[in-house]
Amino acid sequence: MNKTATHIIGARVLHALALAAFVAFALFPLFWLLKVSLTPDDLMYGEGVRLWPSRVTLDHYGAVLRHSQFPLFFRNSLIVSAATGLLATAAASAAGYAFSRFRFRGKAWVVGVMLISQMFPLVIIVAPIFRLLAPLGLTNSLTGLVLVYTAFNTPFAAFLMQSFFEAIPKDLEEAAMMDGATRFQALRRVILPLTLPGLAATGGFVFTAAWSELLFSLMLNSSTAVSTFPAGLLGFVSKFSVDFGQMMAAGVLALLPVGAFFLLIQRYLVQGLTAGAVKG
Amino acid sequence: MATITLSNVDKDYGGGPVLRGIDLEIREGEFVALMGPSGCGKSTLLRLIAGLEEPSGGEIRIDGRRVNEVAPKDRDLAMVFQSYALYPHMTVRENMSFALKQRRLPPAEIKAAVEAAAVKLGLTGLLERKPKALSGGQRQRVAMGRAIVRNPKAFLFDEPLSNLDARLREQMRYEIRKLHRELGATSVYVTHDQVEAMTMADRIVALNDGAIQQVGSPQDLYDQPANLFVAGFLGSPPMNFLDATLAPDGALVVEGQTLARISPPAGLAAGTTLTLGLRPERLALTTPTEGTAVRVDVVETTGTGRVVHLALGPQRLKLFTMDPRPLAPGDVMGLVVPSGAPLLFDPVNGARLS
Repeated sequence: MNKTATHIIGARVLHALALAAFVAFALFPLFWLLKVSLTPDDLMYGEGVRLWPSRVTLDHYGAVLRHSQFPLFFRNSLIVSAATGLLATAAASAAGYAFSRFRFRGKAWVVGVMLISQMFPLVIIVAPIFRLLAPLGLTNSLTGLVLVYTAFNTPFAAFLMQSFFEAIPKDLEEAAMMDGATRFQALRRVILPLTLPGLAATGGFVFTAAWSELLFSLMLNSSTAVSTFPAGLLGFVSKFSVDFGQMMAAGVLALLPVGAFFLLIQRYLVQGLTAGAVKG
Repeated sequence: MATITLSNVDKDYGGGPVLRGIDLEIREGEFVALMGPSGCGKSTLLRLIAGLEEPSGGEIRIDGRRVNEVAPKDRDLAMVFQSYALYPHMTVRENMSFALKQRRLPPAEIKAAVEAAAVKLGLTGLLERKPKALSGGQRQRVAMGRAIVRNPKAFLFDEPLSNLDARLREQMRYEIRKLHRELGATSVYVTHDQVEAMTMADRIVALNDGAIQQVGSPQDLYDQPANLFVAGFLGSPPMNFLDATLAPDGALVVEGQTLARISPPAGLAAGTTLTLGLRPERLALTTPTEGTAVRVDVVETTGTGRVVHLALGPQRLKLFTMDPRPLAPGDVMGLVVPSGAPLLFDPVNGARLS
């Protein structure tokens, strides 16, 4: 074996090791979540720090699903996140398209204000938002949460969508318009199918943001009937103890829809749909 | 088939005019090339005709109907883009059917039209492929196919061949020309390539700085350029421009030597300095005793002949010759300028004087 080949193999091994180390680092909290959720209560503190308990159980999952309000929180979260995902992505697409394709009066201002809106720490505006929503009957309501989440996620999502639209050559919609389409038909039949990866990414981003949001959910909704699961997880913390087993089991369950969602859209995230559109 | 008329059309994006006072009549069935350097406004002019841009002033008519405010989709023009602009998520068949589906033609009719166009362009085996599985030349053909299935009033081409390599470009030039003859459709073709304009067009519209410099047949523009811009843009190697003085006897004097004699056009006084334009291929070399003495600087062989760079005092000029006589740098030769070859231009505004 010559020297260069050794070098190449050495580099590959190092590369693989670095990646493996990173993956282990990133996934360790998830592993720990899973481990604790499977550990029986009597072994929780009894075995010291171990990578895997000597005995595993699904009791925590059973308790969470049967004896807690977790299924209700889960359903609430699903409704809020899906509605936010759809609304924010729709609004962001419209805004992103306009930013990318049209020149209009006040465009710089609109973009500027949207950017500034992203600079405030959310804690500052919780109280004003509560004061706004309370008289409208939108506190203690899933609709109120959807509104707030949509409002906060749309600016960033709009910039994200703008960059996706900008990656699509203008020639394509102009060609469609020459071919007898209105601008809206060109958007629907040519541009939108090509923006699917962008829509999926944006939708995924907004969905995840809404799914894991705690602050507003906690502040705006006090009734457990409309709690989302991050707020619901706090229910496992009582005055004298924390039920780690059930909390972690609930956490694992909460990961499932997000995991499933990304599994569904990953095809669009990876695929370069615009390949072959123009010269090359 | 349509006539396209532009009257006094202006376009301004807000940073100064891009097009100024464009008057142009494109006749039915004509192949017109809009030719000029990049930034001259030729693509903008095409987009104004297409309806993708709105004119800032003036009027555009298609078949006599004012279309300034008509949307692109209602103008019934087909456009072939420089980038081809194929819909990447659709197959070749779907790309070519798009416009017909938009018009809600019956599926059988669409199928027949697409397949007829595919035969014409040699795309039959590729109909179910996506654009990304095609070569550059094939994509170019699909872009053409998308235009011809529609049987539009006119075709607009925006530098359609500039992404192809030289050989393919030559072939497509011929095919577009042949298609035009078969379909007889009014065509407007934007190009910065003088060879494309010369070989393809019935008439060339030479544009520079947002204004039309000259309109005419390729041969007219070549032989009778209206100004220095047109004279210099057409021809390869390009026309020679020399600083000359007109003597009282009609001699054109360059660097103290008489290059040619003309009967001076009326109103041109003796002693006037002017720019003398000479096409390289109209010049000839002879023995030093016979013509104007020039020194050979560089000799380039092109295969069909040779391009000889000559020095006449401090001024340089090129000559194209098929004469096989040996020539070496440093040789002193006689330059012969046949009568009829000199073109005279105003050195200040560039307009032709003769």
